[in-house]
Amino acid sequence: MDKIVVPKPRNLRRNAVVLSVVFLIVGSAVFAGFNPIEIIENFSKGKRLLGRMFLPPDWSYSAKVISPLLETIRMAIVGTFWGALTALPVAVLAAGNFLKNPWISKPVRLILNVFRTIPAMVLASLFVAVYGIGPFSGVVALSIFTFGLISKLTYESIEAIDFGQVEALMSLGADKPNILRYAIMPQILPQFMSYTLYGFEVNVRAAAVLGYVGAGGIGQTFEHNLAWRNFDRVGVIIVISFVVVLIIDFVSSHIRKRLV
Amino acid sequence: MENIVVRKTITPGQILYRVINYGGLALLILWGMLGIPYKGIMATAEGTIASLLSGIVHPDMSYLSNMTIDGLPYAILETIAIAISGTFVSAVISIPFALLASQNIVGQRVSLVGKFIITLIRTFPELILALIFISVVGPGAPAGILALGIHSIGMLGKLFSEAIESMDMGVKEALESCGGSSMEVLFRAVLPQVSPELISYTLYRFEINMRAASTLGLVGAGGIGAPLIFAIRTRAWPRAMIIVMVLVLTVSIIDMISSRIRKGLV
Repeated sequence: MDKIVVPKPRNLRRNAVVLSVVFLIVGSAVFAGFNPIEIIENFSKGKRLLGRMFLPPDWSYSAKVISPLLETIRMAIVGTFWGALTALPVAVLAAGNFLKNPWISKPVRLILNVFRTIPAMVLASLFVAVYGIGPFSGVVALSIFTFGLISKLTYESIEAIDFGQVEALMSLGADKPNILRYAIMPQILPQFMSYTLYGFEVNVRAAAVLGYVGAGGIGQTFEHNLAWRNFDRVGVIIVISFVVVLIIDFVSSHIRKRLV
Repeated sequence: MENIVVRKTITPGQILYRVINYGGLALLILWGMLGIPYKGIMATAEGTIASLLSGIVHPDMSYLSNMTIDGLPYAILETIAIAISGTFVSAVISIPFALLASQNIVGQRVSLVGKFIITLIRTFPELILALIFISVVGPGAPAGILALGIHSIGMLGKLFSEAIESMDMGVKEALESCGGSSMEVLFRAVLPQVSPELISYTLYRFEINMRAASTLGLVGAGGIGAPLIFAIRTRAWPRAMIIVMVLVLTVSIIDMISSRIRKGLV
């Protein structure tokens, strides 16, 4: 029996795309000086550091980790709260299908975009310059960061709602506030709560590193010990915060699954 | 005409449930707020804000036009290079992880192990990974690439495995019934089917990594982060502001291009 051979179509455009993507990847690796062979050769150094961190970690230090860790969680809670609270009304303005006024929704979206592109770390170091070193600066940074994140997700859900309910209310002569209250809010609230929880998970992780620029929480303790080269204490901080983050993620994603 | 009123009936049990839920949430927020002391703004804050605003109006243009290795264009290009390489590395490594976590490839039990490993990777902060890799390869862009490459497995591995789990198994079975080896099944049935989704997720992660790469410099892992933090710490606002502006612009443009490609893909 002859083999059946299906000839592949020659596709110039596809090849050009593949070629340029390969060029982009190789080019950036070369530009950044990324050399896999060198990295594999250097691996023993990394093993030594990991050994000093985790074999064994300085467990006696763990009592001192608890209070900055609680501060981190507090920062995440408060930052998420303010961020979510401000995100909801702004998301309504940014959604194109409620006010139906592009002169409002387009600029609001543009501003939200700018908010989302500034990294939380940069915001935090800016606020440290204004509010001083401590968790307050971190909370302000987290609030703004969360606001950008949640408002984007929420306005996208508002745009994806079932419009039948809105039309039903409109045909009864309901005004905008009533449409918002009885047709839009009930549909997006579960998703909004889920996004808020998601924001909280992200914030716990972000709050844990914000201290690196002086914005409070466990990151500050981490940075101290790293600067003093107390690697066994750094190991304890990493292990404990890792476990806490894992637990928070697990609980929160469980609740989120039930919500939506 | 009378209004039509629909009354909701609530049982006492439901009331109790709500009180516990909302009350608990309120207590949690209150507990959080009490732990964040507001110590007022710094004595120097007014001056800081004033010079910050003047920095927005008069950004440091000489830094923007500095084409040497110390200039802004080089730092931005390096940030993009870190994001691209890091995303590529993680996309390649994510495929075996994703296969290991897919129920329809390795079975229920093994997939649970794979999923757990991916969750562990996702939870580990990339900044700490960057610190570890700095001690391995020294400060610079390669450490950032490795940090992003490993950290992104946490998200890409999960999304990839979800894509693999929801694929059409008919193609795989057809190849298997013809006697295809497991490698042939992987490269001719699994990957071609899920590749549009894989590419789309990879691009999405690239957008995220672009943001991450801009903070990695903070710990010395290359990119725009280091000059930015240095400018903020030394209160060199005109320079800090030009960096923030260029960063916002670059990230927005990349987001726009990437999301347009993604829309065309899936």
